[in-house]
Amino acid sequence: MSTRAGTAADDQFYREYILDHYKNPRNFGRLENPDISHEEDNPLCGDVIGMDFRVKDGVIEDIRFHGRGCAISQASASLLTERLKGLPLEDAKKIGKADVLGELGIDISPARIKCALLSLKVLKVGAYGLAGNDEDEE
Amino acid sequence: MIKTLDVETIRKDFPIFKTGIAYLDSANTSQRPRQVTAAMVEYFEKFNSNVHRAAYRIAEEATVRYEATREKVRDLINAASTKEIIYTRGTTEAINLVAYSWGRKHIKHGDLIVLTLLEHHSNIVPWQILAAEKGATIEYVDIDERGELRLDQFQKLLEHSPKLVAFGQVSNALGTINPAQEMVAAAKAAGATVLVDGAQGAPHQGVDVRALGCDFYAFSGHKMLGPTGAGILYGRRELLEAMDPFMSGGDMIKAVRIEGTTYHELPWKFEAGTQAIAEVIGLGAAVDYLSALGMDAVRAHEREITEYAYEALSDVEGLTLYGPPPSRRAGVISFSIEGIHPHDLATIADRDQVCLRAGHHCAMPLMTRLGVAATARASFYVYTQKDEVDRLVGSIKEAQRIFK
Repeated sequence: MSTRAGTAADDQFYREYILDHYKNPRNFGRLENPDISHEEDNPLCGDVIGMDFRVKDGVIEDIRFHGRGCAISQASASLLTERLKGLPLEDAKKIGKADVLGELGIDISPARIKCALLSLKVLKVGAYGLAGNDEDEE
Repeated sequence: MIKTLDVETIRKDFPIFKTGIAYLDSANTSQRPRQVTAAMVEYFEKFNSNVHRAAYRIAEEATVRYEATREKVRDLINAASTKEIIYTRGTTEAINLVAYSWGRKHIKHGDLIVLTLLEHHSNIVPWQILAAEKGATIEYVDIDERGELRLDQFQKLLEHSPKLVAFGQVSNALGTINPAQEMVAAAKAAGATVLVDGAQGAPHQGVDVRALGCDFYAFSGHKMLGPTGAGILYGRRELLEAMDPFMSGGDMIKAVRIEGTTYHELPWKFEAGTQAIAEVIGLGAAVDYLSALGMDAVRAHEREITEYAYEALSDVEGLTLYGPPPSRRAGVISFSIEGIHPHDLATIADRDQVCLRAGHHCAMPLMTRLGVAATARASFYVYTQKDEVDRLVGSIKEAQRIFK
């Protein structure tokens, strides 16, 4: 019944790069005078993620995220900021649920899907003003 | 001398344990023995019909079984009369009933309602809605560093003559056992009406509502071996008599005329519409089961397993325990592990079939007070054995290995 891995590195869920993004989050912190700043939380578990964006000529020039939460929500946010940095806002708008889950590269159970998609919600609601609660949308 | 529980024999009554799970989430909802499901199945297969309405034999049988639960519950909590035992869907509905039927009549602009920081949301939100509607004020009793209520502060609040005092007998998040009898007596002396949320009390210790002295006592069947959808509101008869109905419709009336309606007598005045008949019958079987074990033995077993778990968890490096020492708490232990979010811990425990709660436990004001967003929580009941606690410790060590 237990699927114990020999070392942490070969854990099929908490993969090495997920743990690395959790422990050493990229683009973590705040931006001074951001063009866009938005925060969302997951009321179920109290996880919080916020993002600050600097946008120049329609391109996300710089980005920082802050917050607290589980490995999945934090790693997902860290991975997303890497992808967003330098991306035109128009392209950022095309990022969807499947992209974020694909980037995480692990099987996410229904219980953890909100953790994985919290950062995407911050992007959607904050960066281009879409309403929240649209996790079912592709 | 208190008899002890034969946990191995008890576990044979719970088919779910054949799946191999270690179930450490009984404060959330308990498991149900086959006696409870059998009572429900018997109703469905032998006398399924509506209660109070039909003039044939199986409906009479259904009514008898349905009403028998009322007497079992009355006896369990030592209420004076079955008229004081109202069926609800659970604690939440019971508290909402009081907030609606009693609160809207008695709480006025400027009145004070006293709650505590240990409350479950279901004993906060109905009062917040009522207070907003009426222009009443809510004050919350703080906790000390052990997670116990600041009784000095409670006494101070009572000097302001609150109209209502509502508090949980046992904290669902920390397991703190509040000095309920002392608190009720003080609140009553200050002239308050008192509601005790017994959701975490009634399943785990003997309750005597008359000795407790409260006006209302609410609890859920599903946390005490019964099915979901059946719970209890106890209310002192004179208060219930003076209250208007909560829900209205069929079965709660005496006579409906186009000029107006007269209500049914207690307890049916508060039970509109077709009720959760099978669930209430199941709750009756759950009360029988607990009564046969003896509530003192239930409490003694929980205390033993809680002490064992507290010791075992104390030995884990990087683990923080919240709440009072085991002698002053029910079978609930909230904790956190340095560097590992409770959700991640619960995911890793789940792979070992260890069912653990992670989150704010519907007690966000308390979590804010503790300065945490979430904790992991293990909770125990009559069927919990030490091996399940050992498996939890194993899962924690596995999580620490992954996150090292």
